[in-house]
Amino acid sequence: MSSQHSVLFDAPGPRARRRIALGNVVGALVVLGIAALVVAELARKGQLSWDLWGPVFTASAWQDYFIPGLQNTLRAAGFAIVGAVVFGLVFGAGRLARSRTVRWASGVVVEFFRAVPVLLMMIFFWLLLGFNRIGTEPAFLAVVIALILYNGSVIAELVRSGVGNLPKGQSEAGLAVGLTGGQTLRSIQLPQALIAMLPALVSQLVVVLKDTALGQIITYDELLRAAQIFGNGNGNNLQTLTIAALVFIVINWALTSVARWLSRYLSGRTSGATAAGPGIGNPTVVAGKPGGPGNAIAATGDPSAM
Amino acid sequence: MGDFLSQFAELFANYDVLGAFWVNIQLTFWAAIFSLILGTVLALMRISPIASLQWAGTAYVNILRNTPLTIIMTFMFLAVWTQLQIRMSDDFATNFFRFAVIGLTVYHAAFVCEAIRSGVNTVPLGQAEAARAIGLPFLPAARLIILPQAFRGAIAPLGNTLIALLKNSTVAAAASVSTETSTLMREMIESNSDLIYAIFMTFAIGFVILVIPIGLLTTYLSNRLAVRR
Amino acid sequence: MRTRHAGAATLAALTALTLAACGGGEVGGGGEETGSGSDSGGDSIKIGIKYDQPGLGYQDGSEYTGFDVDVATYVADKLGYSADQIEWVEAPSANRETMLQTGQVDMIFATYSITDERKEQVAFAGPYFIAGQDLLVAEDNTDITGPEELEGKNLCSVTGSTSAQRIKDEYAEGVQLVERPGYAECVTALTAGQVDAVTTDDIILAGLAAQPANQGKVKVVGNPFSEENYGVGLPQDNDRCEDINTAIQEMIDDGSWEKAVTSNTEGTGYTPNADLNPPKPDACA
Repeated sequence: MSSQHSVLFDAPGPRARRRIALGNVVGALVVLGIAALVVAELARKGQLSWDLWGPVFTASAWQDYFIPGLQNTLRAAGFAIVGAVVFGLVFGAGRLARSRTVRWASGVVVEFFRAVPVLLMMIFFWLLLGFNRIGTEPAFLAVVIALILYNGSVIAELVRSGVGNLPKGQSEAGLAVGLTGGQTLRSIQLPQALIAMLPALVSQLVVVLKDTALGQIITYDELLRAAQIFGNGNGNNLQTLTIAALVFIVINWALTSVARWLSRYLSGRTSGATAAGPGIGNPTVVAGKPGGPGNAIAATGDPSAM
Repeated sequence: MGDFLSQFAELFANYDVLGAFWVNIQLTFWAAIFSLILGTVLALMRISPIASLQWAGTAYVNILRNTPLTIIMTFMFLAVWTQLQIRMSDDFATNFFRFAVIGLTVYHAAFVCEAIRSGVNTVPLGQAEAARAIGLPFLPAARLIILPQAFRGAIAPLGNTLIALLKNSTVAAAASVSTETSTLMREMIESNSDLIYAIFMTFAIGFVILVIPIGLLTTYLSNRLAVRR
Repeated sequence: MRTRHAGAATLAALTALTLAACGGGEVGGGGEETGSGSDSGGDSIKIGIKYDQPGLGYQDGSEYTGFDVDVATYVADKLGYSADQIEWVEAPSANRETMLQTGQVDMIFATYSITDERKEQVAFAGPYFIAGQDLLVAEDNTDITGPEELEGKNLCSVTGSTSAQRIKDEYAEGVQLVERPGYAECVTALTAGQVDAVTTDDIILAGLAAQPANQGKVKVVGNPFSEENYGVGLPQDNDRCEDINTAIQEMIDDGSWEKAVTSNTEGTGYTPNADLNPPKPDACA
């Protein structure tokens, strides 16, 4: 934040400091006023009563609903991120392959799965697995598969732009010592690109975690659905959903902080560009040119992380 | 094959697939406009010199960006409509449509804010210094010098946010908008399970057709409007 | 280079370990029933029920309650399975046939209406209850007495159920319909005054009305306009049908059936249709 001040403002003089202080007080009053209005309105509708909040803080609420729900969320997210990394490495390497057919096919796969809404994929796989009686947990599998296909495609783009962002000398050096193109990619470019990608990967984990909540729509018992089942039984959905949202916010905020720290930590340790992604999904340009230094990951990544 | 085609044609006659896509496009259109407005306000707050506004903007972005959209949409239905008894319209379809637009707006505004802020970061220090040198105060400097360049630099991330918004409009199902694509696809597959692949591909390709032009336009615009430095 | 590869491998291994250590959770259910099942040493029986229908099949923390659960427990007991040998499994409406055919459950007690269409895929014992589609309205509502009065009113039902469509097609064309994944959400909307009525089978509505949170706020109209025969879903190649029917008959004869109905619908003012209940189990095919 402080770096931005220097971009936009001079060090304020006495008059400007007074104005800023005044603005600060007015701003704080407006923000607090809005917050107070919301709280007052909630109180007027009886939403702050302990009858509604109390059940949320019982042992049973956590033992039987929130914790098992969170376990399911983490389980789906864990399998999905590992699968997505594998998928991303395969198709990312595919997009860098020598053969034009492989490049083209990988490109079509990646662009396709990035354009289709994850929810549509989840519903499709859920019904497909259900109708064909595959697996005992069609909802879990559908969540994982859909998340792998989408996030794997995003990671494939990260791999491609990560390799593209390496200095050219790296691959030239590999070729110069007699490695083939594939060997150079495997032993020189990918390892460095992967290290450089780590922060973006952690950011992608935030996307995966958030998207597991879509599983609620196909009856996967994740955190949101658990909160909803519990809330429906007690007529306090506002309260239980707030708790579920808070759990997500804390975890994702922690992950984002890890991503920022990683990107600072790693920036001196690799020749690739390290940046945390924006956490919305498509961090790279869709009709992508192989990422130059000015590509969108770097652009949307939090500037304080660079 | 002919049999398959006739089955497929009949399916289209029975279900309003284009109408469902139209609902998603409308959701995207309104949410895009509102989130652009809200996101710009938030970005201004975050880059302003006023600490309380910075803090509020940062808090908004960190909270909304880390909350799953599905929770926001479910919250719209279960908490805002049901529990707080707030109505946007007496007509159910309009009511839930508006709630979905609000849900999509508050979520994507956080990303619009970050996109614009990253655009601001592409503006070189000298521009702001020059603006101050000719005596422009903060707001005119932001309006005339910083933001026009920032929006150009923000086109690529804004385009990505728009694509995400279009795809995320399917989550409106969680706010009971029952006419949009994900709900219709589910209905169609459930009653025509033998055509499951064809139905899914229809909807998937529909989204590819909508997304690719936005991506191409984004790339074109961001290259064309980029401030050469 | 070696070390880089080793590093990546270690990372992958660590991730795999973390995943393995972090098993799935079971929402609303304690992990206890699996433990007690293996402790008792005998065979266990897997019974599919609803988890989200209070008064019929409902998860209350780590307990399972409701009429379906009571009948299932009684029948299982007669089949030689004590309560702690029962493994409850959630059987959502859309998955019931599949779960029976693939052996994920041994039998299903989940407001499972006997229909000819379903009989092509699964077998049924019972019926053990006859319900009818009805309406749930606010306690002080007097103007909705049947589906015809829903014209211009707001109605809530669950996604993918035919009950709401039936009202729209046969009784009140101008009804405003909202669909949610679970009945409980509909009742919450009803008590909040955002919808005027909720529709599905009367006993499901009665169970919802009996929830502590809803008591005294809603009532079942009591004017059923369809007939739903709840049966026990079984795989087609089963040898239990006769025994289950005998058990159901016994349950009706010794008064446990009556007691289960009463205790699960207490405080709702709901009484099952006396002309049809208790039912006589059909002969097994």
